[in-house]
Amino acid sequence: MKKISLTLIGLYLLFLHGFSQVTDQYSNIFKAKKLKLTEVNLVSSYYNQDGNHSAVTGGIGTEKLTDLANMLELKLVGYGETGLKHTILAGIGLDHHTAASQKYISKTGASSPDGTRVYPSVNWTVENEDKGTEFGVGTYLSNEYNYKSFSLDAHVGYKNKTGGEFGLKTSAYWDQVVLIYPSELIPTASTDVTPYNIDVIKTSASKSSGGTTSSGGYTFHNESSIPTSPRNTYTSSFTYSQVLNKSAQMAILLDLVKQDGWLGLPFHRVFFTDGTEKIENLPHSRFKIPLGFRFNYFSGDNLIVRSYYRYYTDDWGLTSHTASLELPYKITPFFSISPFYRYYTQTATKYFAPYMKHAPTDTYFTSNYTAAAFNSSFFGTGFRIAPPNGIGDTYLSTLEIRVGHYTQTTDLNSNVISFHFTWK
Amino acid sequence: MKTLKQKMYLFFTSILSLFFVTSCETVREYQKNRLNDSEMALSTRRAEKNELNFMSYKEGASGANGGKTGGGCGCN
Repeated sequence: MKKISLTLIGLYLLFLHGFSQVTDQYSNIFKAKKLKLTEVNLVSSYYNQDGNHSAVTGGIGTEKLTDLANMLELKLVGYGETGLKHTILAGIGLDHHTAASQKYISKTGASSPDGTRVYPSVNWTVENEDKGTEFGVGTYLSNEYNYKSFSLDAHVGYKNKTGGEFGLKTSAYWDQVVLIYPSELIPTASTDVTPYNIDVIKTSASKSSGGTTSSGGYTFHNESSIPTSPRNTYTSSFTYSQVLNKSAQMAILLDLVKQDGWLGLPFHRVFFTDGTEKIENLPHSRFKIPLGFRFNYFSGDNLIVRSYYRYYTDDWGLTSHTASLELPYKITPFFSISPFYRYYTQTATKYFAPYMKHAPTDTYFTSNYTAAAFNSSFFGTGFRIAPPNGIGDTYLSTLEIRVGHYTQTTDLNSNVISFHFTWK
Repeated sequence: MKTLKQKMYLFFTSILSLFFVTSCETVREYQKNRLNDSEMALSTRRAEKNELNFMSYKEGASGANGGKTGGGCGCN
């Protein structure tokens, strides 16, 4: 691991050194161009699911959920005095979900079933188009009622003259898990005991005002009065893409991911063979290695083959394979239809067992079906319109719609529809 | 049963072998009209963003797709 880290640091220093060699010759040729808004992207999705293995209720119970997600991103491009290209991507996302199982964080079903997540991000990239090198940094923030996340990342890239492109990105996420326990498992020390001894955890960010309040015999624990626990994630992502010929190109993607801290969620219940109940308990460290491969091929004049395969393994014993195929067909040069299919299979982690199957002597335990063995299929169609003068002669240059249906062998089913608008 | 160290070795060997077996031809800029088609991009589509998000909630594996590989929203 030390050798890998040293190699990464070495590569970083090499790229940084490359950027320090900005020659004066370009300063005479290029004229600085101020940052200008060149592109606006809006992605909106609606998702709904149904299943019967919620982790909140110990691996049984409803998984009904809806989610409305929106992401707006602005792209600004400019050139500095030395001819370096500067690109800034600034985005903000807003999701709102309703989850039936979330009500049962409180045993009485009194918890709020909805929540909102807000996640702004900014990325800045400097590119030397003559040398084919780039360097960038970014930051990301996410806030929802039970989870806060802050991240920083840096990336470098290099394009060679034979159609090869190398990229390296390192990211660090410093997250905080809000310790919202199932109401019957709240540690006594942090419980406000009312005459009725009933606790209700508020789970909607919009209702937070701090502290606890009592009403009608219930004690309401507001968000800011609940303690948190850290979860840290460190990721190094390597990508290498290569043009193979006039119609084909491929990419290899490798991530090394190290996590530590609270890696479960405190409101996930586990029921044991003797009828007792605890919150899920997972190791405080995880190392993951996903390795992906993409291959795209333009066949004839109208058909494109987009393929992807990923192998994944981690030290919790989970191994998975993912394969997907998408076949965009150009009905006209500016309108395409893209049927797709994705197959996924995974083995269970060492720590998973279904409802009431864990032994009370187990050290680590979860009944979250994300950690179970299953297969899944995802299929659907995409549509893309991108006329050269914009849609209806407006700044709206591209509209993309994707509709998909997802099934898991755990009986989970879901549907998703996404819209992507690009203005230029 | 392979250990994690053996699996890592297998990964890196696979990557290296891919570099060796790949045969490429030089493609000039004016020959790249097909490669530059937006459908040929070697990345996930923006419209796939939320699909990847729900999959990272409902599946144990994530990453190696050019997107987020941890942190945020309580998933993976």
